[in-house]
Amino acid sequence: MEQYLQEVGALTMRWVKRLSRERFSMLFTLAQPMVFWLIFFGNLFQRTANTEVTQAPSYIAFLAAGVVVMTILNNGLAGGTDLLFDKENGFLERMMSTPISRTSVIISRFLFVMTITSGQVLVILGVAYLYGVHPVTGFGGVAVIILIGLLFGVGLTAISMALAFSVKSHGDFFSMLSFLSLPMIFLSSALVPLSAMPGWMAVLAQLNPMTWAIDAVRPLILTGWAAALPKIGIVIIIMAVFDSVCLWGAARAFRRTLG
Amino acid sequence: MGLTVGGTFAIEVERLSKTYEGKVTAVEDVSFRVSAGEVFGLLGPNGAGKTTILRVLITVLRPSGGSARVLGLDVVEQANEVRQAIGYVPQERAIDRFLTGREHLQLLASLYHIPKDKAAARIDEVLKLVNLEHKADEVARNYSGGMKRKLDIACGLIPDPRVLFMDEPTLGLDVESRLKIWEHIRQLKARGITVLLTTNYLDEADQLCDRIAIIDSGRVKAIGSPNELKSGLGGDIVTLTLASGDLDKVEALAQAVKGQTGVKAVSTKQNVLDIRVASPEAALPAILGAVTARGCRLEFVDYHRPRLDDVFLAHTGRRIKED
Repeated sequence: MEQYLQEVGALTMRWVKRLSRERFSMLFTLAQPMVFWLIFFGNLFQRTANTEVTQAPSYIAFLAAGVVVMTILNNGLAGGTDLLFDKENGFLERMMSTPISRTSVIISRFLFVMTITSGQVLVILGVAYLYGVHPVTGFGGVAVIILIGLLFGVGLTAISMALAFSVKSHGDFFSMLSFLSLPMIFLSSALVPLSAMPGWMAVLAQLNPMTWAIDAVRPLILTGWAAALPKIGIVIIIMAVFDSVCLWGAARAFRRTLG
Repeated sequence: MGLTVGGTFAIEVERLSKTYEGKVTAVEDVSFRVSAGEVFGLLGPNGAGKTTILRVLITVLRPSGGSARVLGLDVVEQANEVRQAIGYVPQERAIDRFLTGREHLQLLASLYHIPKDKAAARIDEVLKLVNLEHKADEVARNYSGGMKRKLDIACGLIPDPRVLFMDEPTLGLDVESRLKIWEHIRQLKARGITVLLTTNYLDEADQLCDRIAIIDSGRVKAIGSPNELKSGLGGDIVTLTLASGDLDKVEALAQAVKGQTGVKAVSTKQNVLDIRVASPEAALPAILGAVTARGCRLEFVDYHRPRLDDVFLAHTGRRIKED
């Protein structure tokens, strides 16, 4: 156990050190395109968006939950990137030739991605706060939002790592990521509520776990615990299924690469 | 130097084979043994299967057939024990360019579960061994190719391994760096570390390795010390190149040379005769006599002791293309 903690600790610190040396990357990771979604997209559609449709005081207030979950989506899907490079330059093989538990590389990656994601969720909520979006459920609500983020992020990061281990070239990896990312966003309740979507899109959006995450986060920000609690119950069940499927699917790729 | 470790060889590979995805056979029926303290080379062209063999030995690849043991430990059944005992220097510059040299070694020390206080001393020791102390706290993106290679080797030495595996240790390095790396490898040998390396450089195999296995198309073609392999070819080599106008005389000349004293074998290819001789002093005058007697015009004569190049050609039917 002590050895396991030593490995996971050292591996996780490696990701942290990398990030701190890549200052530009850190800026872009933390300041994030997602903040731009909130500020630009939110303000852009402020007057076009019908508050009767969105059921929110402002479009930014409506969008905040969507951008929070988009952040979780993008971080999760990109979570395997560094391992992709490690696989390509032989670093992964070097780590695998040492007497470490076969899971510690993956666990270190989960820990790192989850920590960064939680930090960014706070940044998004902070920016939203400046635009007058004050989560009605307070700090308790923010904690639950982060918890939902962790639940969704685990499955996404697992997919990303499995993909990183399986692709033949890193071009394939990045094109698959961008192929996944945008439809996931458009076919969810991130930008408009399901009720305002064309029927066929609403059907697809309901199959998207992201929709359920957003539908639980949104009342935590806008309405309150009473509206949120049933949605939280549903999202926990859905994420348990989603994570199980992702981890089960990814396990094969992990075993093949990590032995 | 003792031949055995605890009653076994440092490395034993027995009828090893590896087939990828049930189709491509990378390695087939490979067997060899490495004694403790040896520098053993797997020599072969790219794609010959050397790296596959190495990856099985360092426990990151499961064999499809046969077995391999390192220090008597099975690489599949006792993979974790093997990992404790070996060091590995990968082929690519497996360096994280955002970390300093020391941070690489600290990470590796943690992965080998070395306690922090002991790790610091060990890190200083390996940095000194590869002469990288002065650059230890600089990020690796500023390192030259040779320095990255040294850091790679330092990483491989962190666990104080009894067996070190090196994949193409000098691939792509300039001459000066190569010689330095060779020097480091000789130092390791002097410390009693068994080294198994892959290479496609003939001179590296020749000058650095105690014994080599020639690998081609996934199979072992020959095993021995460079000198054994060279003398196994049966003598020195005289190559005669006839003027192109004398192409019709090549066969007759070959027949005549065959009977001469000191000549062991003759082969021809277009206007070139490859003659193996036991004693050059006796054979050379006789060969040249035969040439004059038939009125053949020589374009070029070459005499050399067998090189590893010739060994490779003799066992695989082709020349090795270096890198």
